Amino acid sequence: MSELPPFVLFFVAAGLVLATGGVVRKVILLATPVAAAVHIWLNIEMGTLAPFAFLNVELSLLRLDKLSLPFAYLFCLASVIATIFALRVDDTKQEVAGLIYAGSALGAVLAGDLISLFVFWELMAISSVVFIWARGTDRAIDAGLRYLIIQILSGVFLLAGALVHYQATGSLAFEQIGLGTTAGRLIFIAFGIKCAFPFLHTWLTDGYPEATATGTVYLSAFTTKVAVYALARSYAGEGILVYIGITMACFPIFYAVIENDLRKVLAYSLINQVGFMVTGIGIGTALALNGAVAHAFSDVIFKGLLFMAMGSVLFRVGHVNGSNLGGLYKTMPKTTLFCIVGAMSISAFPLFSGFVSKSMVMTALIKEGYSYGWLFMLFASAGVFHHAGIKIPYFAFFAHDSGLRPKEAPVNMLVAMGMAAAICIFIGSQPQYLYALLPMEVDYWPYDTTHVLAQLQLLFFSALAFVWLNKKGLYPPELRSVNLDAEWFYRKVLPASALRGLSVLSNMKEASMLTAMAPIERIRRSISQSSTAQYSLAESWSTGSMVLWIAIILAAYLLLNIVVYGLS
Amino acid sequence: MSDNLDKKHIFDDPKNVQRLLNGFYAVCALLVVVDFFIHRHISLVWEKIPAFYAIYGFVACVVLVILAKVMRKGVMRGENYYDE
Repeated sequence: MSELPPFVLFFVAAGLVLATGGVVRKVILLATPVAAAVHIWLNIEMGTLAPFAFLNVELSLLRLDKLSLPFAYLFCLASVIATIFALRVDDTKQEVAGLIYAGSALGAVLAGDLISLFVFWELMAISSVVFIWARGTDRAIDAGLRYLIIQILSGVFLLAGALVHYQATGSLAFEQIGLGTTAGRLIFIAFGIKCAFPFLHTWLTDGYPEATATGTVYLSAFTTKVAVYALARSYAGEGILVYIGITMACFPIFYAVIENDLRKVLAYSLINQVGFMVTGIGIGTALALNGAVAHAFSDVIFKGLLFMAMGSVLFRVGHVNGSNLGGLYKTMPKTTLFCIVGAMSISAFPLFSGFVSKSMVMTALIKEGYSYGWLFMLFASAGVFHHAGIKIPYFAFFAHDSGLRPKEAPVNMLVAMGMAAAICIFIGSQPQYLYALLPMEVDYWPYDTTHVLAQLQLLFFSALAFVWLNKKGLYPPELRSVNLDAEWFYRKVLPASALRGLSVLSNMKEASMLTAMAPIERIRRSISQSSTAQYSLAESWSTGSMVLWIAIILAAYLLLNIVVYGLS
Repeated sequence: MSDNLDKKHIFDDPKNVQRLLNGFYAVCALLVVVDFFIHRHISLVWEKIPAFYAIYGFVACVVLVILAKVMRKGVMRGENYYDE
């Protein structure tokens, strides 16, 4: 019993959900992640690595150590919250997909070899796209298809890397790999796609805003965090990750400032937060790795909370365009409050969860001598507050009165948001419990006067900048628009060049046909103009009638033969 | 619904907005004043600048917004750009 991988519970539950309905189904949905967490807590021992042989290869579906444990608990917790938030959605495909998706994420972080990882990697891709397609709009279906193609492609890189790795080392163990080998670089690309590295990130900003109101909450929790775990497992201390992480933290905030779709703003800020984790992994010291894991933990909860708040608005209003929202605090006060808690957590206000986790990465940057990197990350921290901390709550719930008076979010949604908000404040004010769960032994405490004062100054003066820019009318207005990103390359340039290429090819075909046919045409014309052309036999004959005539002649010849020789 | 529309809410009164802002300005001022009395641990040279974090936060956000506005000229397209 103790070696039963927790994902099995989710997959069995998915089957049960198909067979049941009504209240029973809802109970199964809620009980599964709770049961999985209890199972991990009580039945599985730390250091478990349960290998089994499959076709002479050693695989392992269950490896519980100090790195996989926090992610395993985190995914169970996220699954509970997302399930409560989606409790009133009676859609079998989303319910089954939620279980398979969460189960696969759990399977991926507990996998001990690259092939098992690959299987869960692809299952996550396939199950998660359901949340985008379930929206049912044409845009969602197109975006889902693009999302799926990129996700599957990531799996292809992973499988190729795993096979090359096996060829070279004879091992499929999912351990430190590094960038020194071809296999290492292939797997790095696979992880990088799911981790939303710059230029490989568009599936996220394209797909997540098109998902259902409840689906984005699931999506934001698992895929990128599995990738963060995988990077921490296999590429900790690779210096290039520091610079990739800094880029990820910085460039999306510019898009977030000008983006109108508030869930897309959150998608960009998701990349920004993952940037902090990637940087921590790149630094690779005990403090930095702890920071990366801790921040993944806080991020899943506060980003989930923000996506839930926007999901509630989407559910009640039908859209989340900043330009057409405002004043919702009047009728959705509780959602407003929860959104503000999420906003303060992501902005790393003291006493909120972001503060106790992000600061570990920031401190590690200083300790390891990345002074300029630290400056960029400080810029990114101020920027997060600007777009996620202020812009999201301000444009949705305050700003100008849009005249919209939607009802408060349903009870189950409020409960889910309340839970997430409570966890944000709990982690922020009692960080020792989160710290105890982290993979490394580190003596770190975020609360000292210097740090609190510095952070408060940074945040309050970022807010002051917002107030000042708004009063001066310098703040960019929310406009309904599309902002070009790396996806422009495959959504506009590639199709346009493909069409152009096709038209060039068809022109070439036309021209070459004309050139090749010209002499034949000339002969035909000269015959048709000659004096014999007046006789009907000189006309051009169709192939069919020629064949017919030849057949008739041959038949006549045969008949003659039979008559002449047969009689003699 | 009409009840809700007619009901006065807290920020419908500009006085309340101004009160909130005044409180906010006061906290900002306080944070800068405190900086001169509390000794911060310094790890980097930049941190020696008085109220470094306050200045950096303000400047960073203004630069961010201005750059983003400039960026809009380059990347902004109509809402149905990709569907055309």
